[in-house]
Order: sequence, then C-alpha cells, then structure tokens
Amino acid sequence: MNPVAAIRRGFRHGVHPAQYKAQTVDLPIQRLPFGHRYVLPLGQHLGVPAQPVVSPGQQVRRGQLIAQPGGFVSASLHSPVTGRVRAIEPRRTADGSLQLAIEIEADRYATQHLEPRPRSDRLALSLTEFIEELQSAGIVGLGGAAFPTHVKYTMPEGKRIRHLLINGAECEPYLTNDHRLMVERPATLLRGIGIVKRKLGADRATIGIERNKPEAIAVLKSTIRRHHRTGIAPLQVKYPQGAEKMLIRAIFGVEVPADKLPRDLGIVVNNVGTLTAIADYFDFGMPLIERVITVSGPGVTYPANLIVPIGTPVREVLDFCGGLKPPTRAVVMGGPMMGLPLPSLDVPVVKGTSGILAFTAESLPARRELPCIRCGRCLKACPHFLNPSRLGRLARLGRYEDMRRHFAMDCVECGACTLSCPSGIPLTQLIRVGKSKLRNSAAGSI
Amino acid sequence: MKSKGARLILQPAPLLRSGLTTPAAMRDVVYALVPLVIGASWWFGLSALLVLLAATAGAVITEWIFSLGAARGQSLQDLSATLTGMLLGLTLPPGLPLWMAFVGGAASIGLGKLIWGGLGQNPFNPALVGRAFLLGAFPTAMTTWQAPSGPAGFLGIIPSNLALPLQQPTVDALSSATPLGLMKFQNQETPLPDLMLGHTAGCLGETSGLLILLGGVYLALRRSIDWRITVAVLFSASVFSGLLHLFDADNPQPIVALFSGGLLFGAIFMATDPVTSPVTPRGAWIFGIGIGVLAILIRTFGGYPEGIMYAILLMNATTPLIERVTQPRPFGRGRPTL
Ligand code: SF4
Ligand code: SF4
Repeated sequence: MNPVAAIRRGFRHGVHPAQYKAQTVDLPIQRLPFGHRYVLPLGQHLGVPAQPVVSPGQQVRRGQLIAQPGGFVSASLHSPVTGRVRAIEPRRTADGSLQLAIEIEADRYATQHLEPRPRSDRLALSLTEFIEELQSAGIVGLGGAAFPTHVKYTMPEGKRIRHLLINGAECEPYLTNDHRLMVERPATLLRGIGIVKRKLGADRATIGIERNKPEAIAVLKSTIRRHHRTGIAPLQVKYPQGAEKMLIRAIFGVEVPADKLPRDLGIVVNNVGTLTAIADYFDFGMPLIERVITVSGPGVTYPANLIVPIGTPVREVLDFCGGLKPPTRAVVMGGPMMGLPLPSLDVPVVKGTSGILAFTAESLPARRELPCIRCGRCLKACPHFLNPSRLGRLARLGRYEDMRRHFAMDCVECGACTLSCPSGIPLTQLIRVGKSKLRNSAAGSI
Repeated sequence: MKSKGARLILQPAPLLRSGLTTPAAMRDVVYALVPLVIGASWWFGLSALLVLLAATAGAVITEWIFSLGAARGQSLQDLSATLTGMLLGLTLPPGLPLWMAFVGGAASIGLGKLIWGGLGQNPFNPALVGRAFLLGAFPTAMTTWQAPSGPAGFLGIIPSNLALPLQQPTVDALSSATPLGLMKFQNQETPLPDLMLGHTAGCLGETSGLLILLGGVYLALRRSIDWRITVAVLFSASVFSGLLHLFDADNPQPIVALFSGGLLFGAIFMATDPVTSPVTPRGAWIFGIGIGVLAILIRTFGGYPEGIMYAILLMNATTPLIERVTQPRPFGRGRPTL
C-alpha cells in the first residue's frame, strides 16, 4: 500500500491507551471444560427478549432450541449443554438488572458431543431464507453490542449491500480474542465472509485490522486467495478504531451521517467472531452456543483466551484461570474502556461478552476529582467531535435538553474523554446518565 | 485462591486513564520555570529570589486563608497557587519592594481567581490580574528597572526591595531602561545576543529569550501546554511586526520584536493558561493570533512600551465568544449550529 493511503487509514481525534495485550496475545485458544450450571438470560441481545419454548424439568440436548425470537429484532437461544432445565426465573445479569433467564443443569454423564450436521443446502438458500436461518441460529454481533445479525442484513426494498467490512480492529486494551481467532481460524473466517458476501450479493469484503496485530495480518494475507475478493486494511492503532463509524471513516474516508446507518451507504460491518460463528453454523450446524473470550487483567492469576459456553457463570471462568488475586476490587465484562463493572461473579457470560477483566485496587484509577481546568483534552479525544467538558457540566446541572441541543445523543460512550481528562472528571458516566434521562423522557412523552 | 467472597466495587468504565493529571501538568510548568528562576538570580542576584518568594508567598497564603475545609488541602496540592505566584513574580521588576510583590501575589489569587469561584472559573489570567493591579497601584515602582548586575553582585540586594510596607521607594541612580523602553523613547536598539541571554534590564523572567524557549520546548514536548496558542502568538506577532518594519524601518525587525519585552514569556507561559484560553482547537489559533497582533499594536501605537499583558487580558475576555463560534462540527453532521 502506498504510504499516503496508509496514513489516511485512520479517523480523527481518538486516544492511545496503553495496550496491555502482551499477557494473552500469544496464548492459543483453550476450551473451558464443561461445568454444571448454565444461566441464559432471555434478553442477552439488543431488541426484544426471546421466549422460552422449554419448561422446567425438561431434558435438553446441546444445541437444542430453548427460546425462540420474541419479534423481528430478536434472536433464538440454544442450550449450551446436554442436561435438564432447572428453572426459568429472574436472575441477576451483568448490568445489575434482574432478567428472566433459563437455568440449565448439565448432565454430568453426557459426552456433550455435537453431531455435525453441515448445511450442504446453503448454496440454494435465498437471501430471505438465509436471514431467517441466522435468526434461528441465534447469531448476534459478537463485538459487544449483541445486535441481531439478521436485522443488519435486512435491507429496504431496492437497496443492496455493496461492501462487507470485517471488524478485526480489536481496539480495546487487554482483549485478544479476535486476534487469536484471526490467527488460529483464518480459513473459517474467510468461509464465513464468503457465505455472507455471496448471500448479500456484496462486491467486495475488507478486513480492518489494527497494525499492532502483524501476526493476524500475515496469517490472513497468506490464506486469502484471489477468488475470495477480500482485502486487508491495516489500520492506525488508535482507540476507538473498532467503532463502526470510525472503521468506515478509516477505510473509506467518509463520515456516516449522524442520523444514518452504515447500510445507508451500502456497507455492513461485522465482527470477525460473528462471521466465524456463521461459518460454524453452516459447516457443522452449530448454533451460537459458545464464543471466544479473553480473561485477563492484573487481578487474574493465569490470563487466557478461552472458548466458553454461553451461560457459564463468570466465577467458573475465573476459577479455571486460577482464581482472582486477593486484592482484586473490580471485575469487568468486556473491555476496560466500554465494559460493564460486574455486581457479582454469579452473572453469566452472554453472547456479547468479549472478555472478563479483573482489576486490583492499585490498578484502578483514583476517583479523586479536581475542577475542570478547561484544557480541551476531552474535545481532542472525542471521535464524534463533541464537547464532553460542556456536556458533563450540563449533565451535572440537570440541563438535559441543552445536552440534546449539543448532540449528546451522538455520544457512543467510548470513554475516550474520561481517559484523557487530567482532572479525573467522569465525563462518560455523566453523559451516559444524561442520555438515559433524555431517552426516558422521550419514551414518556409518546 | 477460589473466586469467592471478593467484594467488588462498581466503578463505571473506562477503567483506564491517560496518566496525565492536573497537578502533574501544573508541576510541569513549575519545572519549566526553574531555568528562568536560575537565570533571574544570575542577572539580578538575591533580589530576584526575594521578589519571587514574596509573590509566591502572597499567592499561596491567600489561597490557604480563603479556601476552607477539604478544599484547602486540595487547592494547595494542585499547585495552581504556587504556579500563579511564580508566574507573577517573574513578571515583576527586580527592584520592586517585597511588600508590593506580596500584595501582588495576594491580588492574583484573591481578585484573579477566588472571587470568580476558584480554579477553573476565572475568566482572566490570575498572574496578569495581579500584575495589572500592581501596575495601577504602584506605577512608578512597577516601571523602575535595574541593569543586571551579573553574578558578581549576587549578594547585593537592590535597596528599593527593602522599602517598608506602604512606603514608596526612592528611585535610585542605578535605574536603567528596558530594551523596549530604549526603543520607544530613545530609538535605540539592544543587540540580539543580549536579548537572547538576558543581559538586559526588564522583568525577572522576561530577559533571557533562550531560557524561556527552553521551558517552552519542554512543555510542548510534554504536551502540558497547547502549542497552537504559542505558535499562533509568535507567528502573528512576527508577521505583523514584519509588516510594520517594512512600512517604517524605525520599527524593530520581527526577531528583535520577538525577543524583547515579555512577548515570548507571555506566549509560552501566560497565553497558554488553559483556564482562560479557548478549549476548542480552532479557537486556540484565533486566540493566539489576536494576542500577537494586539501586543504589537499596543507596542507600536500605544502609550506603553510593552503590550503583551493587556493583549492577553483582552483576549481572555473574548474567550467565551471565540469558543461559541469555534465549536467542533460533530462527526457526520453538517455545519454546527450556534
Ligand atoms: S464517551 Fe462520548 S463524549 Fe466521550 S469521547 Fe466518547 S463519544 Fe465523545
Ligand atoms: S479534559 Fe477534563 S479538565 Fe480538560 S477540558 Fe475536558 S473536562 Fe475539563
């Protein structure tokens, strides 16, 4: 690639947090042994919760449907193990809320073997059938937001996806799960890309990868053949490079308008994990019942990249990794920039879980706050070109309508402003609160 | 250890910080001032140190008295009062009576910062508010300059330093004129090497261009100041003074204009005060250009030989306006609305 294009492969503003990837970057993906108990919240994807189709006491096989989509923007759930439904009742989830969940007790004598049932008929599927298949396979975005993938692929009449963009940026510090997937399963990833590209009728596919993953770039380069019609875009190492709109800005040089979606530009963005899951479904008939996560952070004894069945309690994952070091004070689900602080270790891993990170007291930022010195660092960090200092101030004053006028709803809660604030002001958190107030008042007025 | 009984705290993401903190940024500026303090003592002896100490003591003591409770420890820890005192001290003449320097420090913090609501709330640069106060209250003492004595006279204290409180010093025979004063009133140029090294009369911190630049480069590399402002001030001042020089050769060349008086010191240490300059990157350029042009305008056409102080204070007043019209355009949106 010519150097000018290489420099352009980025977006403007953003931050450079320390990477902390070295602990797990070279650790091959291991499989977490099966446990006893699995908890599957019905609302673990964005949109309408799924509806149970099993009842307590019922025997289920690994991969069997246990809840069906509750609407169009919803996805199926499948049992991650062979066992018995123990209960369907509200359970604590990662965001602290209680949610209806299906609890499954594993049969300890079952082999947990999944009979491969390749979908040899996949070539014959029409786009509509393909989309229905994805929904019933429970495929959602594995990058973190857990948005049902089939919804992304559903285009308005007369429109078409022209470009499939594959998100391998993995810009969150600590996380290496996508990196390992690209290094260890490049052929599967490319098969997933091929399937989706053919079904959507897209002309091209581009995999965006931050330059700090030379191994992934090299492995994919040597695996890609001409007929894949897939390119690799090495990207600037900058946070949040993996945010959809920033990825598009980096690769195509265009800004997706604030009130539009990528698909309005004929682009769809999928995480590498999502495409691998799609390939696994068509290759083996395996619905989305497990995923790769990174377990890391200063509080974890043996960091690892693991294949974990969906529904595994966080505690069991951590125990497998040697448990928490005693001074651990916080455990986060997801990355350190956008993840959720966990209220307890009993919450389960869900489809959107990309990592489990444990932090000791001294590795957590001090909560001491000083007045804003108007240094402007938060403005220069914000990838959406907002004024986080002012939005934070307005949030403190309760002036939510003013926040809306200053585009608070454009904020993607990436955390770049908080990271860069020398006075330790929790800007992202303040804006998050303001946004949810605005959303609630909008909902109330309808 | 099994993952039992860990008591977890719910600290919202992000859990990473850049490592730069406000006290660290202030400390950086203090470090950048150290060479200037040493330079001032070299040229003006013990007097320089005493004036600096008096101004800083005035600032810190005022901060301490008027901040209460928990805020007290914090407001001293963030070093902003110390920094304000040092900055003020470096803009004072070496022979200033110490009690005046102390009053100046107190005015900087009291009138420049605390009455507005403390750190981050003040519209005007506190050190310059203190200096403007002193210039209004004690015009003679504030414009009486000493020729640098050099290291030989280190222990000799300028007699006017020791004037008793509420007494005006008698102007002594040693007084001298600053390069800008010489230029304005006697049409006489100071050689550039003297300006660079500081072998001239003037405020404590403004005499040696090289030491000021050293501090500026350090701060820019540490990203503790917004380089845009400094570059904009220096650039616009050189272009504007260059034009004036072309027009009338009596006006100094741009390089002389840059290195004489407080322009460099102001551009690096005063204009870049984050609290009183625009937060927006584009605003920083406008702000800096305004200062450069105003400073040269006042020097050339105003009654004072130096204009950087009023230039910065005037532009401080326009900061909210500049910010209003330079808000960034949000990603994926057309023109910003005001
Ligand atoms: S959290 Fe919101 S305001 Fe802060 S940098 Fe990210 S997008 Fe901008
Ligand atoms: S980064 Fe923090 S201190 Fe600086 S302007 Fe933003 S909110 Fe204020």
